[in-house]
Amino acid sequence: MNKNITPTKNGGRKLKNDLIFIISLIVILVCVGLGVYFFRKPGDTVKVLVDGNLYGTYSLQKEREIEIKIGDNLNILVIKDGKADMIKASCPDSICVKHRPISKNGETITCLPNKVTVIIEINDKQGEVDVIV
Amino acid sequence: MKSSKKIAYLGLCTTIALVLAYVESLIPPIFSAVPGIKMGLPNVVIIFVLYKFKPRDAIIVSLLRVFIVTLLFGNVMTLSYSLSGAVLSLTGMIILKKLDFLSMVGVSVVGAVLHNAGQIIMAMILLSTAEIGYYLIVLAITGAISGVLIGLIGGILAKRVGIGREET
Repeated sequence: MNKNITPTKNGGRKLKNDLIFIISLIVILVCVGLGVYFFRKPGDTVKVLVDGNLYGTYSLQKEREIEIKIGDNLNILVIKDGKADMIKASCPDSICVKHRPISKNGETITCLPNKVTVIIEINDKQGEVDVIV
Repeated sequence: MKSSKKIAYLGLCTTIALVLAYVESLIPPIFSAVPGIKMGLPNVVIIFVLYKFKPRDAIIVSLLRVFIVTLLFGNVMTLSYSLSGAVLSLTGMIILKKLDFLSMVGVSVVGAVLHNAGQIIMAMILLSTAEIGYYLIVLAITGAISGVLIGLIGGILAKRVGIGREET
Protein backbone atom coordinates (compact mmCIF):
# COMPACT_ATOMS: atom_id res chain seq x y z
CA MET A 1 0.00 0.00 0.00
CA ASN A 2 2.89 2.28 0.45
CA LYS A 3 4.48 2.09 -2.91
CA ASN A 4 5.57 5.08 -4.92
CA ILE A 5 6.39 7.14 -1.88
CA THR A 6 8.71 9.83 -3.03
CA PRO A 7 9.46 12.25 -0.23
CA THR A 8 10.26 14.98 -2.70
CA LYS A 9 8.55 16.01 -5.85
CA ASN A 10 10.81 17.44 -8.53
CA GLY A 11 13.74 15.65 -6.89
CA GLY A 12 16.26 16.79 -9.49
CA ARG A 13 15.53 20.48 -9.19
CA LYS A 14 15.65 20.30 -5.41
CA LEU A 15 18.90 18.38 -5.48
CA LYS A 16 20.40 21.18 -7.52
CA ASN A 17 19.03 23.77 -5.08
CA ASP A 18 20.48 21.71 -2.24
CA LEU A 19 23.92 21.62 -3.79
CA ILE A 20 23.95 25.35 -4.50
CA PHE A 21 22.66 26.13 -1.03
CA ILE A 22 25.05 23.88 0.88
CA ILE A 23 28.14 24.78 -1.12
CA SER A 24 27.48 28.52 -0.88
CA LEU A 25 26.76 28.19 2.86
CA ILE A 26 30.05 26.39 3.50
CA VAL A 27 32.02 28.76 1.27
CA ILE A 28 30.61 31.81 3.09
CA LEU A 29 31.27 30.26 6.49
CA VAL A 30 34.84 29.27 5.61
CA CYS A 31 35.55 32.79 4.23
CA VAL A 32 34.15 34.45 7.35
CA GLY A 33 36.07 32.01 9.55
CA LEU A 34 39.39 32.56 7.74
CA GLY A 35 38.83 36.33 7.77
CA VAL A 36 38.19 36.35 11.49
CA TYR A 37 41.16 34.06 12.13
CA PHE A 38 43.76 35.90 10.07
CA PHE A 39 42.73 39.51 10.58
CA ARG A 40 42.53 39.27 14.31
CA LYS A 41 45.12 41.43 15.99
CA PRO A 42 47.05 40.13 18.98
CA GLY A 43 45.52 41.46 22.18
CA ASP A 44 47.26 42.80 25.25
CA THR A 45 44.67 42.62 28.01
CA VAL A 46 42.93 39.70 29.65
CA LYS A 47 39.42 40.34 30.93
CA VAL A 48 37.73 37.86 33.23
CA LEU A 49 33.94 37.90 33.41
CA VAL A 50 31.90 35.92 35.91
CA ASP A 51 28.22 35.63 35.04
CA GLY A 52 28.57 38.66 32.77
CA ASN A 53 30.11 40.85 35.48
CA LEU A 54 33.71 42.02 35.34
CA TYR A 55 35.88 40.05 37.75
CA GLY A 56 39.22 41.53 36.82
CA THR A 57 41.43 42.91 34.05
CA TYR A 58 45.03 41.77 33.69
CA SER A 59 47.92 42.53 31.38
CA LEU A 60 49.05 39.81 28.99
CA GLN A 61 52.66 40.86 29.29
CA LYS A 62 52.99 40.15 33.00
CA GLU A 63 53.28 36.49 33.96
CA ARG A 64 50.94 35.56 36.75
CA GLU A 65 48.47 33.08 38.10
CA ILE A 66 44.88 34.18 38.75
CA GLU A 67 42.49 32.35 41.04
CA ILE A 68 38.87 32.93 40.10
CA LYS A 69 36.91 31.81 43.12
CA ILE A 70 33.15 32.28 43.39
CA GLY A 71 31.54 30.22 46.16
CA ASP A 72 32.61 26.62 45.65
CA ASN A 73 33.60 27.19 42.03
CA LEU A 74 37.29 27.58 41.31
CA ASN A 75 39.10 28.33 38.06
CA ILE A 76 42.83 28.94 37.79
CA LEU A 77 44.04 31.04 34.88
CA VAL A 78 47.71 31.33 34.01
CA ILE A 79 49.21 34.17 31.95
CA LYS A 80 52.52 33.17 30.43
CA ASP A 81 54.47 34.09 27.25
CA GLY A 82 51.73 36.56 26.24
CA LYS A 83 49.09 33.85 26.34
CA ALA A 84 46.28 33.08 28.75
CA ASP A 85 45.43 29.50 29.61
CA MET A 86 42.98 27.89 32.00
CA ILE A 87 44.93 25.21 33.87
CA LYS A 88 42.42 24.13 36.49
CA ALA A 89 38.67 24.22 36.95
CA SER A 90 36.24 22.75 39.43
CA CYS A 91 33.65 22.03 36.75
CA PRO A 92 32.93 18.41 35.78
CA ASP A 93 33.62 18.58 32.02
CA SER A 94 36.74 20.83 32.16
CA ILE A 95 36.30 21.84 28.53
CA CYS A 96 37.91 25.18 29.40
CA VAL A 97 41.05 23.39 30.65
CA LYS A 98 41.40 21.49 27.40
CA HIS A 99 41.02 24.74 25.43
CA ARG A 100 44.28 25.91 23.86
CA PRO A 101 45.96 29.05 25.26
CA ILE A 102 44.54 32.27 23.78
CA SER A 103 46.33 35.48 22.79
CA LYS A 104 44.47 37.19 19.95
CA ASN A 105 41.90 39.96 20.26
CA GLY A 106 38.40 38.62 20.83
CA GLU A 107 39.47 35.06 21.61
CA THR A 108 37.72 33.51 24.58
CA ILE A 109 37.87 30.60 26.95
CA THR A 110 34.51 29.84 28.46
CA CYS A 111 33.65 27.66 31.40
CA LEU A 112 29.90 27.19 31.12
CA PRO A 113 29.24 25.40 34.45
CA ASN A 114 31.06 28.08 36.48
CA LYS A 115 29.86 30.91 34.20
CA VAL A 116 33.42 32.15 33.78
CA THR A 117 34.49 33.80 30.52
CA VAL A 118 38.05 34.86 29.75
CA ILE A 119 38.39 37.36 26.90
CA ILE A 120 41.47 38.79 25.23
CA GLU A 121 41.14 42.47 24.36
CA ILE A 122 43.14 45.35 23.04
CA ASN A 123 43.52 48.16 25.50
CA ASP A 124 41.52 51.05 24.07
CA LYS A 125 44.00 53.77 24.99
CA GLN A 126 46.89 52.49 22.93
CA GLY A 127 45.36 50.20 20.33
CA GLU A 128 42.79 52.49 18.72
CA VAL A 129 44.56 53.11 15.41
CA ASP A 130 47.24 50.49 15.10
CA VAL A 131 47.74 49.28 11.57
CA ILE A 132 45.16 49.60 8.84
CA VAL A 133 45.62 46.78 6.38
CA MET B 1 -4.13 6.64 10.36
CA LYS B 2 -5.88 5.75 13.59
CA SER B 3 -4.90 8.06 16.39
CA SER B 4 -3.90 5.18 18.66
CA LYS B 5 -1.62 3.86 15.95
CA LYS B 6 -0.16 7.30 15.44
CA ILE B 7 0.49 7.72 19.16
CA ALA B 8 2.30 4.39 19.18
CA TYR B 9 4.45 5.37 16.19
CA LEU B 10 5.29 8.78 17.65
CA GLY B 11 6.15 7.17 21.00
CA LEU B 12 8.44 4.78 19.19
CA CYS B 13 10.07 7.69 17.35
CA THR B 14 10.59 9.58 20.61
CA THR B 15 12.22 6.52 22.15
CA ILE B 16 14.52 6.07 19.18
CA ALA B 17 15.49 9.75 19.40
CA LEU B 18 16.32 9.26 23.10
CA VAL B 19 18.45 6.20 22.38
CA LEU B 20 20.25 8.07 19.58
CA ALA B 21 20.90 10.99 21.96
CA TYR B 22 22.43 8.52 24.42
CA VAL B 23 24.51 6.79 21.73
CA GLU B 24 25.74 10.19 20.62
CA SER B 25 26.81 11.09 24.15
CA LEU B 26 29.06 7.99 24.11
CA ILE B 27 30.97 9.14 21.01
CA PRO B 28 34.07 11.02 22.16
CA PRO B 29 34.40 14.61 20.88
CA ILE B 30 36.31 14.90 17.63
CA PHE B 31 38.40 17.75 18.82
CA SER B 32 38.00 18.98 22.31
CA ALA B 33 39.09 22.58 21.64
CA VAL B 34 35.63 23.43 20.35
CA PRO B 35 32.91 21.95 22.54
CA GLY B 36 29.53 21.28 21.02
CA ILE B 37 30.53 19.50 17.82
CA LYS B 38 28.03 16.70 17.48
CA MET B 39 26.57 14.57 14.76
CA GLY B 40 23.01 15.39 15.73
CA LEU B 41 21.80 11.80 15.41
CA PRO B 42 18.42 12.45 17.07
CA ASN B 43 17.68 14.87 14.25
CA VAL B 44 17.31 11.81 11.96
CA VAL B 45 14.13 10.99 13.87
CA ILE B 46 12.90 14.58 14.03
CA ILE B 47 13.27 15.10 10.28
CA PHE B 48 11.71 11.68 9.61
CA VAL B 49 8.67 12.61 11.69
CA LEU B 50 8.53 16.04 10.04
CA TYR B 51 8.28 14.46 6.60
CA LYS B 52 6.16 11.42 7.43
CA PHE B 53 3.74 13.02 9.86
CA LYS B 54 2.68 16.61 10.43
CA PRO B 55 4.88 19.49 11.63
CA ARG B 56 2.86 19.46 14.87
CA ASP B 57 3.96 15.89 15.54
CA ALA B 58 7.59 16.78 14.94
CA ILE B 59 7.29 19.60 17.49
CA ILE B 60 5.82 17.21 20.07
CA VAL B 61 8.50 14.55 19.50
CA SER B 62 11.29 17.14 19.56
CA LEU B 63 10.13 18.83 22.77
CA LEU B 64 9.53 15.47 24.49
CA ARG B 65 13.00 14.39 23.49
CA VAL B 66 14.58 17.54 24.93
CA PHE B 67 12.70 17.26 28.23
CA ILE B 68 13.33 13.55 28.73
CA VAL B 69 17.02 13.81 27.80
CA THR B 70 17.31 16.63 30.35
CA LEU B 71 15.61 14.52 33.02
CA LEU B 72 17.89 11.57 32.30
CA PHE B 73 21.29 13.14 31.70
CA GLY B 74 21.13 16.90 32.18
CA ASN B 75 20.25 19.81 34.40
CA VAL B 76 18.48 23.16 34.07
CA MET B 77 21.49 24.63 32.26
CA THR B 78 21.51 21.96 29.56
CA LEU B 79 17.72 22.27 29.27
CA SER B 80 17.94 25.94 28.27
CA TYR B 81 20.65 25.18 25.71
CA SER B 82 19.02 22.20 24.07
CA LEU B 83 15.58 23.82 24.16
CA SER B 84 16.72 26.98 22.37
CA GLY B 85 18.61 24.87 19.83
CA ALA B 86 15.69 22.53 19.22
CA VAL B 87 13.09 25.30 18.92
CA LEU B 88 15.12 27.39 16.50
CA SER B 89 16.15 24.38 14.42
CA LEU B 90 12.63 22.98 14.17
CA THR B 91 11.11 26.35 13.32
CA GLY B 92 13.60 26.77 10.48
CA MET B 93 13.04 23.24 9.19
CA ILE B 94 9.24 23.58 9.22
CA ILE B 95 9.39 26.90 7.34
CA LEU B 96 11.83 25.54 4.75
CA LYS B 97 9.76 22.42 4.25
CA LYS B 98 6.70 24.63 3.63
CA LEU B 99 8.66 26.77 1.14
CA ASP B 100 9.47 23.52 -0.67
CA PHE B 101 12.57 24.42 -2.65
CA LEU B 102 15.12 22.27 -0.82
CA SER B 103 15.13 18.50 -0.40
CA MET B 104 15.47 16.78 2.97
CA VAL B 105 19.24 17.18 2.82
CA GLY B 106 19.05 20.96 2.55
CA VAL B 107 16.36 21.17 5.23
CA SER B 108 18.47 19.01 7.53
CA VAL B 109 21.52 21.24 6.97
CA VAL B 110 19.47 24.30 7.92
CA GLY B 111 18.22 22.44 10.98
CA ALA B 112 21.74 21.52 12.07
CA VAL B 113 23.15 25.02 11.59
CA LEU B 114 20.18 26.62 13.36
CA HIS B 115 20.52 24.16 16.23
CA ASN B 116 24.08 25.33 16.79
CA ALA B 117 23.00 28.94 16.36
CA GLY B 118 20.26 28.55 18.98
CA GLN B 119 22.67 27.13 21.51
CA ILE B 120 25.27 29.82 20.89
CA ILE B 121 22.64 32.56 21.17
CA MET B 122 21.48 31.05 24.47
CA ALA B 123 25.09 30.93 25.68
CA MET B 124 25.53 34.56 24.67
CA ILE B 125 22.42 35.51 26.66
CA LEU B 126 23.31 33.42 29.72
CA LEU B 127 26.93 34.54 29.85
CA SER B 128 26.21 38.07 28.52
CA THR B 129 29.25 37.88 26.25
CA ALA B 130 29.00 38.36 22.51
CA GLU B 131 32.50 37.01 21.86
CA ILE B 132 31.52 33.34 21.97
CA GLY B 133 29.70 34.05 18.71
CA TYR B 134 33.00 33.19 17.03
CA TYR B 135 32.37 29.55 17.94
CA LEU B 136 29.35 29.61 15.71
CA ILE B 137 31.50 29.74 12.56
CA VAL B 138 33.27 26.48 13.40
CA LEU B 139 30.09 24.88 14.72
CA ALA B 140 28.10 25.90 11.64
CA ILE B 141 30.66 24.35 9.26
CA THR B 142 30.73 21.03 11.10
CA GLY B 143 26.96 21.28 11.54
CA ALA B 144 26.48 21.69 7.79
CA ILE B 145 28.58 18.59 7.09
CA SER B 146 26.77 16.43 9.64
CA GLY B 147 23.48 17.92 8.43
CA VAL B 148 24.15 16.49 4.96
CA LEU B 149 24.71 13.01 6.43
CA ILE B 150 21.64 13.24 8.67
CA GLY B 151 19.51 14.47 5.75
CA LEU B 152 20.66 11.57 3.56
CA ILE B 153 19.88 9.04 6.28
CA GLY B 154 16.51 10.69 6.91
CA GLY B 155 15.74 10.59 3.19
CA ILE B 156 16.51 6.87 2.96
CA LEU B 157 14.36 6.18 6.01
CA ALA B 158 11.45 8.27 4.74
CA LYS B 159 11.55 6.35 1.48
CA ARG B 160 11.80 2.86 2.97
CA VAL B 161 9.84 2.95 6.21
CA GLY B 162 6.20 2.50 5.28
CA ILE B 163 4.43 4.41 7.99
CA GLY B 164 2.97 7.84 8.18
CA ARG B 165 1.00 10.31 6.15
CA GLU B 166 0.00 8.09 3.23
CA GLU B 167 -2.15 5.90 5.47
CA THR B 168 -4.42 8.65 6.75
